[in-house]
Amino acid sequence: MNLTLHVWRQTGPRDKGGFETYRADDVSESMSFLDMLDLVNEELTLAGKEPIAFEHDCREGICGSCGMMINGVAHGPQKLITACQLHMRSFRDGDEIWIEPFRATAFPVMRDLVVDRNSFDRVIQAGGYISVRTGSAQDANATPIPKPDADRAFDAAACIGCGACVAACPNASAMLFTAAKAAHLSYVPQGQTERLDRALSMAQRHDEEGFGNCTNHGACQEACPKGISVDYIARLNRDVLKGTLSKAGSTSGD
Amino acid sequence: MSRVVSLYRSSVGKKSLMAVSGIILIGFVFGHMAGNLKAFEAVGESGVHPLDSYAQFLREVGYPLIPEYGLLWGVRLALLAAVGVHIVAAYQLWRQSRAARTRRYHKPDSQVFSYASRTMRWGGVIIVLFVIYHLLHFTTGDVHPDFEYGSVYQNLVIGFQSVPVALFYIVAVGALSLHLYHGIWSVFATLGVQNPRVERLRRPLAAGLSLVLFLGYVSVPIAVMIGVLD
Ligand code: HEM
Ligand code: SF4
Ligand code: FES
Repeated sequence: MNLTLHVWRQTGPRDKGGFETYRADDVSESMSFLDMLDLVNEELTLAGKEPIAFEHDCREGICGSCGMMINGVAHGPQKLITACQLHMRSFRDGDEIWIEPFRATAFPVMRDLVVDRNSFDRVIQAGGYISVRTGSAQDANATPIPKPDADRAFDAAACIGCGACVAACPNASAMLFTAAKAAHLSYVPQGQTERLDRALSMAQRHDEEGFGNCTNHGACQEACPKGISVDYIARLNRDVLKGTLSKAGSTSGD
Repeated sequence: MSRVVSLYRSSVGKKSLMAVSGIILIGFVFGHMAGNLKAFEAVGESGVHPLDSYAQFLREVGYPLIPEYGLLWGVRLALLAAVGVHIVAAYQLWRQSRAARTRRYHKPDSQVFSYASRTMRWGGVIIVLFVIYHLLHFTTGDVHPDFEYGSVYQNLVIGFQSVPVALFYIVAVGALSLHLYHGIWSVFATLGVQNPRVERLRRPLAAGLSLVLFLGYVSVPIAVMIGVLD
């Protein structure tokens, strides 16, 4: 199939950037979306032009690096997959495809489709860990965890930190990510000790990084390649409110 | 007090104050709607319309324990405070979210959020403008063609005999119902309600309550327009 691509090009964080139009000819429908971009990049390189910069690593939907907006939808038109898992059979001969980086103040564009998502790491650093000693490998089963809780923790832990939730959210809020990273700890006994402090500091960091405020649209859940549920946001809200009301007056940071 | 202050610092806290003030306002709009339905009651032996006597009752309820108009003004101040918190929080959170994405997508998303959730902010502005008009219309009478203090029923019928005015009320109540369709659903997430049984009831509850509200409110202007009330 032959396609027309409109791709966001930007030489660096300070460059204004703009769309460039390219043709992608003889694209096979069994190629992945990233293979298709590789093809275009080969031709650009042969023509002595700068290839399109985009992030990728695993190319199998587990590392979370490949996020981009494809026709206005994070990771493209198929549900529950990342851009690297999207196949060109989702498109038709003659299609025009607009490809843009994720847009959020907290995700500054570094180059073309590559954004800096260190803000996510800082949200995790603010509290997405446990400080209690949990033993060695053989102790893993020493603390029984009810199956439903283990399942909820696992579902939350499936978050790959790709940023699609932020990209899709009309408020550029990262509450789905933050909630998932708090919930995979708050459902297990090991995560209880710091639970409210964790919720408070992660939510605070979320605001400080410049993400927007969640208005419960649910666009994040639709865009999430891992199907993370917005129910985790309610849980985070609850922990933040509980933490605020029980701690007000006492010194924070302890 | 310090709890409220520290709540207000975080965006989750601001949002929860919006939710709480929203719930207070929901309580009011339902009470108000029920009161309006007195317009349909027949005039009794006293010759005073039940809507007028109900309004009189609101002015003097609790007297002499509390002064006349006491409860009325108490409720008015509480509502004003709720509206103030709700609007200020909405405005500040909107600013935060606007700053969170300064460059929009070329291809706007085709994703699935509801019309109601997308119109919360503009819908809110329409509601404020409507409430101001509504107070000038039926409370102070400034924009009413033939206002008589205390003759609530008569003011109402004369007011709605103007078709544009009645239509404006219907549109505004539609905006309010839409706001609550998303708002009632949203409140549970904001306040962190997590019960799976409640979860299943959220959509039906939001849809049902906003529909009841819409029908309850529009029934009065429609009844005047088609001549059922005169
Ligand atoms: C006075 C003008 C108003 C403005 C500017 C306004 C604005 C807003 C905004 C921006 C939201 C957040 C939207 C979201 O979370 O998606 C909201 C939520 C809400 N509003 Fe209003 N609103 C107004 C009036 C009202 C009234 C009169 C009521 C009740 C009858 C009400 C009830 C609610 C409720 C229950 C919520 C849900 C809070 C939550 O998300 O947890 N609002 N409003
Ligand atoms: S919650 Fe989903 S969309 Fe958001 S970062 Fe995690 S995997 Fe990506
Ligand atoms: S490249 Fe790893 S998820 Fe797409």
